[in-house]
Amino acid sequence: MSKLVYLVPLFPLAGFLINGLLRKKLSKSVISIIGCGTVLASFVVSLLIFLDARQEGFETVVVNLFGFISAGSLKIPFAFQVDQLSVLFLLIITGVGFLIHVYSTSYMHDEENEHFARYFSYLNLFVFSMLILVLGANYVIMFIGWEGVGLCSYLLIGFWFKNIDYGNAAKKAFIMNRIGDLGFLIAVFWMINKFGSVGFAEVFTKAPSVPVGILTGITLLLFVGATGKSAQIPLYTWLPDAMAGPTPVSALIHAATMVTAGIYMIARSNIMYTLSPITETVVAITGLATALLAATIALKQNDIKKVLAYSTVSQLGYMFLGLGVGAYTGAVFHVMTHAFFKALLFLGAGSVIHALHEQDIRKMGGLKKFMPITHITFLLACFAIAGIPPFSGFFSKDEILAAAYEKNPIYFIVGVITALMTAFYMFRLYATTFLGKFRGTEEQEHHVHESPSAITIPLIILAILAVVAGFVGIPEVFAKDSHWLQHFLSPIFAGSEKIHQTPGADKSTDLTLMGISVVLALIGVVYAWTKFSKNPELGEPQGFGKILANKWYVDELYDAIIVRPLNAFAKFLNDVVEKSVIDWIVNGVGKTVQYSSRQIRLLQSGQVGGYVLLMVIGIVILFLVEIFIKK
Amino acid sequence: MPINYYIFLSVTLFCIGVTGVLTRRNAIIIFMCIELMLNAVNLLLVAFSKMHHLALAAVDANAGINAQIFVFFIMVVAAAEVSVGLAIIVMMYRNTHSVDVNFLNRLKH
Amino acid sequence: MSTTQILFWFLSILAIFSAIMVVASKNPIHSVLWLIAVFFAISGHYILLNAQFLAIVNLIVYAGAIMVLFLFVIMLMNLNGDTEPQKNKWLKIAGVIAGGALLLVFVAALKNADLKSQIAEVNKGDIGLISNLGFALFHDYVVPFEISSVLFLSAMIGAVVIGKKE
Repeated sequence: MSKLVYLVPLFPLAGFLINGLLRKKLSKSVISIIGCGTVLASFVVSLLIFLDARQEGFETVVVNLFGFISAGSLKIPFAFQVDQLSVLFLLIITGVGFLIHVYSTSYMHDEENEHFARYFSYLNLFVFSMLILVLGANYVIMFIGWEGVGLCSYLLIGFWFKNIDYGNAAKKAFIMNRIGDLGFLIAVFWMINKFGSVGFAEVFTKAPSVPVGILTGITLLLFVGATGKSAQIPLYTWLPDAMAGPTPVSALIHAATMVTAGIYMIARSNIMYTLSPITETVVAITGLATALLAATIALKQNDIKKVLAYSTVSQLGYMFLGLGVGAYTGAVFHVMTHAFFKALLFLGAGSVIHALHEQDIRKMGGLKKFMPITHITFLLACFAIAGIPPFSGFFSKDEILAAAYEKNPIYFIVGVITALMTAFYMFRLYATTFLGKFRGTEEQEHHVHESPSAITIPLIILAILAVVAGFVGIPEVFAKDSHWLQHFLSPIFAGSEKIHQTPGADKSTDLTLMGISVVLALIGVVYAWTKFSKNPELGEPQGFGKILANKWYVDELYDAIIVRPLNAFAKFLNDVVEKSVIDWIVNGVGKTVQYSSRQIRLLQSGQVGGYVLLMVIGIVILFLVEIFIKK
Repeated sequence: MPINYYIFLSVTLFCIGVTGVLTRRNAIIIFMCIELMLNAVNLLLVAFSKMHHLALAAVDANAGINAQIFVFFIMVVAAAEVSVGLAIIVMMYRNTHSVDVNFLNRLKH
Repeated sequence: MSTTQILFWFLSILAIFSAIMVVASKNPIHSVLWLIAVFFAISGHYILLNAQFLAIVNLIVYAGAIMVLFLFVIMLMNLNGDTEPQKNKWLKIAGVIAGGALLLVFVAALKNADLKSQIAEVNKGDIGLISNLGFALFHDYVVPFEISSVLFLSAMIGAVVIGKKE
């Protein structure tokens, strides 16, 4: 079954082509069936491959499709790698992707057929690219998918292209992505130089014998690519702006899949990171700082999607923290649970936006009685993200925090403070939106109702997953040998585990840490719930809150440091170099031709005698050339 | 006579004709210089015919006769050309009352 | 030097001198007369080369008919020395130089030609005789001969058409 892995990306690609090329001719139902059906088919194939991979002693399968690049001794085949890590991501991408596709059929229903089809073709293209990314057997194929998801992110963020602001947001996302991609590319080139190959098998076997300095450089550059793609400091400002796209897009791309590409890449390259302790520290500190920064900003945001966006940035920071302290399984675990509850949160927000046509939470409230299913699922997701047991978020977050404590207690302290803030702002969001009095207009109150089943059913499925998904990773303290996920992914991380050799912390420390984080999270939940259901923050933020609400003015800082100087430089190039130098040369050529033609024209005097003279001179020259020069 | 002498003679006459064409402005004089050039060529052809005749007389009795026939036809053509050319010059004179070729600068436009 | 050679040099010098005088004369009538002298010299060369037919034809056609035609036209237009328009001095010099350059090129080109050994037969050879020439003309070249009559016809018609008053 693993040999048929090429079918998995093939179905969405077909969906992209069909919906894209025939977008003016198909009806909405056909488009929906094609769009969702392809992802469902991929999910089924992924499931079958997963059942294969689940068995003991499953060996990595590399499926070579064709030779892609062959230059001298460098051979890069277009090959897919089926192993536990890629299979897990396949399930997440196709499963959550399918639910979001189904959701989109209802959410985007008001669009015209042509745009509806365009949306689904872009979405299918995105799934295709993401699948290529996780299935690639070498860094180049991964990079193809990497670029592809960046492109689809641009296309989908700027989906409603008639709005200039959305287009600018899309451009911002793409450009910041590209900055990161430069780091990735340089790392790949360096790899080719040092390793002679980019295939995972070759690189990882050769990695221990390469000097640490070089490995550190390569891994740092790869991490730069990851900061762009997964919105870490300093390349994170695109993600909140990317909320300009339709909400299902935010759910799929900016919560569940694309932003996790960076984590996937580092998890895949874990052996190289384990061998470069400096990079690991950089990764951990960057992740931690991002988590903290984003959480502080989310405390004061009033747009429902912006809160979720900063929450995503913050949770991604957690994942990078996990990678940085060597908890690779924990990070991947958090990717999985985050996909479920964050997608659920976004889809729930989409349901609210669809009902009220409003995104400012200060104008919402009391939706509990109008949209029960949305309310319950949203609440479950909030519990999950806050890290309350027994929801999934608790298990994954706790694993990361425990590993962070082992590395350095300060990591744990900062992480736990961030968890407190997470719980606080999430429940602020929940309470302001769903509890209290309804603060919308009369007309909205008339129209608000629960969303149709195409929206609520994915919500329910995701809610179930958000609740139970944690049980695939029950930590040692509770039951021995029941961390199924760790067992499943052990072949991938075996190399790193051997090097790390961390002794397991003793049970009491673990339980204490867990207790601290749970208690703090509960405090945050209760405080926010009670405070905001009674008096929600309706006014404009004041004082320090204003700084938070303005995102610590980071965007303005970037604008001043980078954007304005670049614009000034471009203006200089245009005015001085372009106009004076280049234009002068080009115009000069034209003027020279005109001048010389005017002079040459004087030869045409109309005098016959002159013509004959020229004829004779010509004959003389011809004779000279013919007889004397062309010996 | 070595053929070289005839070649140089003919070339000299030809170049004098060319110089005349370039130097003079009277259309009739130019025409006469053209006739001079034609004659130079005729002379050379006849010389070559005798040269070939000498070289190939053993093989073919009429070895170099083609050149002399050629000269005959050149004269035919020259005669026809002169008649037409002079008619043109007369027309030109009638129109402009001058035989100066510099007046014929209509080719400029 | 044998008689032939003396004759050759005499005729050559006469031809070249007359040609230069053709070009250099101010009065067109003098140019015509000098050109007739050139034709006589060239006919002399023809006789030297035993091309008798061509020598006589040259004299009759060229010197006799064509030059007479020229004289008619010149006298018709009443050209004499002072109506000769003056050419631009620079163009004259340029023309002389161009002609001279042509001469130089020819001379240089032919100097190295391996023709010193070839000799033009003088005084002998019967291909210039009228019977042989006539035979070749009417035997091998009869078609061009007939076509040349058409050529004359067209030239006559052309001359008449051009010369007609509107």
